[in-house]
Amino acid sequence: MADKITLGYTHVSGCTGCTVALADNYAGLLTLLDRYVDLKYMPTLADARHVQKVDVSFVEGSVCINDKLAVEEIKETREKSAIVVALGACACYGNITRFCRGGQQNQPQHEAFIPINELIKVDVFIPGCAPTPQLIRNVAVMAYLLLKGTKEQKDLATAYLKPLMALPVHGAACGESTACFCDLMTNVINQSLCMGCGSCSSACPVNAITMEYGKPQGERDLCIKCGACYNQCPRSWYSFDVVDNYEAINEAIMAALQ
Amino acid sequence: MGAELGKYKSCVSARSADKEILKHAQDGGIVTSLFAYALEAGIIDGAIVAANKEFAAKNPSKMMMDNSNFDMIEPWRPLPAIVHTKADLIAAAGTKYNICPTVSMIKEATRTFGLDKVGIVGTPCQMQAVRKLQLYPVGARDVGSAVALAVGIFCMENFPYQSILQLVEDHAAMKLESVKKMEIGKGKFWVYGKRGQVVQLPLKVTHKYEQPGCHVCLDYVANLGDISTGSVGSPDGWSTVFVRSKIGEAVWAKAMTDGVFETQPIEKVKPGLELVTKLANEKITKNKNTVEARKTFGIGKSLRIPYI
Repeated sequence: MADKITLGYTHVSGCTGCTVALADNYAGLLTLLDRYVDLKYMPTLADARHVQKVDVSFVEGSVCINDKLAVEEIKETREKSAIVVALGACACYGNITRFCRGGQQNQPQHEAFIPINELIKVDVFIPGCAPTPQLIRNVAVMAYLLLKGTKEQKDLATAYLKPLMALPVHGAACGESTACFCDLMTNVINQSLCMGCGSCSSACPVNAITMEYGKPQGERDLCIKCGACYNQCPRSWYSFDVVDNYEAINEAIMAALQ
Repeated sequence: MGAELGKYKSCVSARSADKEILKHAQDGGIVTSLFAYALEAGIIDGAIVAANKEFAAKNPSKMMMDNSNFDMIEPWRPLPAIVHTKADLIAAAGTKYNICPTVSMIKEATRTFGLDKVGIVGTPCQMQAVRKLQLYPVGARDVGSAVALAVGIFCMENFPYQSILQLVEDHAAMKLESVKKMEIGKGKFWVYGKRGQVVQLPLKVTHKYEQPGCHVCLDYVANLGDISTGSVGSPDGWSTVFVRSKIGEAVWAKAMTDGVFETQPIEKVKPGLELVTKLANEKITKNKNTVEARKTFGIGKSLRIPYI
């Protein structure tokens, strides 16, 4: 297919776990690259490493504002990409890098790390530590449909991506989310919305959440601030338009990767 | 309205053909039989269900819990468990009427418990959680495709554990450990004692004890289950069954061929779909109003609404 979208991958302060998650789509990744996506630059999986003009950029990692190169790179990414996707919890919310206070070798003066949407406008969040291969895959397919699909496919992709596009607007930069277990307390339980399903507890990558009498109890010292609990919660954000059609959407995604 | 019963391919009134299951079932034994059949037929290799303390005492390896305060777990407190056999299913059968965080085990089911094909039963909101997790798997790597059969149960509202404690022990004046069965039906909350005593409470009494999070729920008949079921609409001892998805359709057809259920056309039974529709509309209308009221809850301030 000639009509591919161009993709770039900017890697700032992240552990490469997001890269691995992307690669863990295995055959699905090859199909994506074959048919839909032209990977222009990426530090680990492509020869070209420097930021280029692309349709979509994935950014892994938070930005160290004491690192001139990283700051330049993230700004350049914004300037050269139509759509910027924050991939993974560090890019979206800071995640574990929120706890850094510098002093580490060999750049002890690198002490301040912030999520990318505190420096640039971000269009889509793919939260999770690591983000799941399936969510990356779904967003990639939907981004393709949004840019190159028929009218119907564009509508579907718009509906699917809408909640993920709303996340940067409510993100850490706006003070509305700390991507901590506290989000569940302040935005779900304190808002009288929790119904005790346990999605949060299941989603937590560090098992910091247990269910006590049907409500989540967070061990905040364990929390790495990835935001998975809050984003997996069906009472954080929920689109009837999308989820009611789960069967057709799952089928469409699987068909795209056949 | 018209959408109150969700999308479905077929609807029948059914009950298990297995006498032993019926003896332990809340109504028609649909969930227990369906999972027992799915286990036997290899459709699932385990199911997440709402078990209890007695089950946990006998099967600690099928639960995920901190046993340090095991003695403090109360009667009728549901505990999510992974079951592998019909005997397990029967031990966990019956409605518990308070919150069971079933979805909390969905990832672990595919990890520690090693399941490739997971069955899960839950309320409409839990089905929503499962489907969101399949479409937007933020913290559920490789879990979505492992969900092989999701069975939804009709739900008007749920209760925190302490509400059930108060209803049974304070209002119905019975000890929780002496209760054999609880039921909501015919406009009443029924408590059946092990010695045969029956206490009924008008639903007016129970309303204030409901879980508040239920009041924004816009789904009564588990629209997102592969199959969904509940007593409403069918005669005593039978259940109304909606077959909804392609998976649900395939499993139900197979189960029918193998004689797992007795069925009657839903059009032939009383009170039938008319009552299901009425109650669905009642719930949805009431809760839509609650959602609407959140917008003007304060003075120039609103409460958060999760729906996009």
